[in-house]
Amino acid sequence: MSEWPLYEVFVRSKRGLNHVHVGSLHAPDDKLALMHARDVYTRRNEGVSIWVVKASQITASSPDEKDPLFAPSGDKVYRHPTFYDIPEHVPHL
Amino acid sequence: MINDAELLGNDAHWAFGTDFEDPLAGVDTTVPAGLDPAELARYCLMLGDDALVLSQRLSEWCSRAPDLEVDIALANIALDLLGQARLLLARAAAADPSAVPVLPEGSPVPAEDALAFFRDAGHFRNVVLAEAPNGDFAETVTRLLMFSTWRLAEFERLATHPDAVLAAVAVKGRKELAYHRDFAARWFLTLARGTQESRRRVLNALDALWPLWAELDAPAEAEGVLEQVFAASQVDRPESVPAATRGRDGVHTDALTELLADMQSVARQHPRGLW
Repeated sequence: MSEWPLYEVFVRSKRGLNHVHVGSLHAPDDKLALMHARDVYTRRNEGVSIWVVKASQITASSPDEKDPLFAPSGDKVYRHPTFYDIPEHVPHL
Repeated sequence: MINDAELLGNDAHWAFGTDFEDPLAGVDTTVPAGLDPAELARYCLMLGDDALVLSQRLSEWCSRAPDLEVDIALANIALDLLGQARLLLARAAAADPSAVPVLPEGSPVPAEDALAFFRDAGHFRNVVLAEAPNGDFAETVTRLLMFSTWRLAEFERLATHPDAVLAAVAVKGRKELAYHRDFAARWFLTLARGTQESRRRVLNALDALWPLWAELDAPAEAEGVLEQVFAASQVDRPESVPAATRGRDGVHTDALTELLADMQSVARQHPRGLW
């Protein structure tokens, strides 16, 4: 049997929260991937919404590019809002 | 070191407990006036036995399914059906206690377990379709498609049954069955329109199982749904002659006797056991 394509699974656990990557699985097509995701990743009431996407459709950054992509932001402290005094009556900033 | 007595005595560390309570605890199980309790019990027993036997069959796939994902899916479906079986057997026992096998004095076995584990094949009321051996994956999918299509139509109807307990079981069960039917239909279509080999297997499965469809006495809605699935799968509705099966009267194949021997062996060796 030729191998089924690999799908990545994203589950939203509650209304208002984001879909979070929970794992991957194999399935013969998109619809069955969704069914399999439901069975494998939401059997204990974990979710209200599922996304599946073929792993081959994801464009990922490569570890080799790590430095050019991420190192330049390492020393830019001024991009963080750390130079403000937060008033005490503003609780959720 | 934690001592055993402490562990056994206190199950608070298990989030969902370690015990099964009476599935109908707190439910008024009085049979409404106008319904014959014995007849209601017989009906619940039929539906409960269908679910129990097919659940046992599906769980035979555990660790043997074509793929990990399918393994989990079939086990989930088996568990849904087992849940339906518990409720229905408990309902049957509450409606007509005389239907429950008598166990040794002091046995802690609840009524639904007594019905599941202490009746012989001749007292089971499931349709023969439920007990047929699994065969290959195509056969399992085809049987599940036929079974869940019929059962969903039946549960839709039962949602307005005068017995509130049976109606509640049907309302809960139809969500589960809608998924089972979708899953089976999707796989049926995938196999029928897949490779030459998968199509050959699904056609063989349908030929072998179709004679057992007649016993379900399915309503027109169920026939309609199957026709849609067949059309989408480019499969003709089989014309094979119905088999004269009488599972509802307790007439079963050897396959059920073997299934029960396996399923009941532990409970029967320990009729006073507490699980």
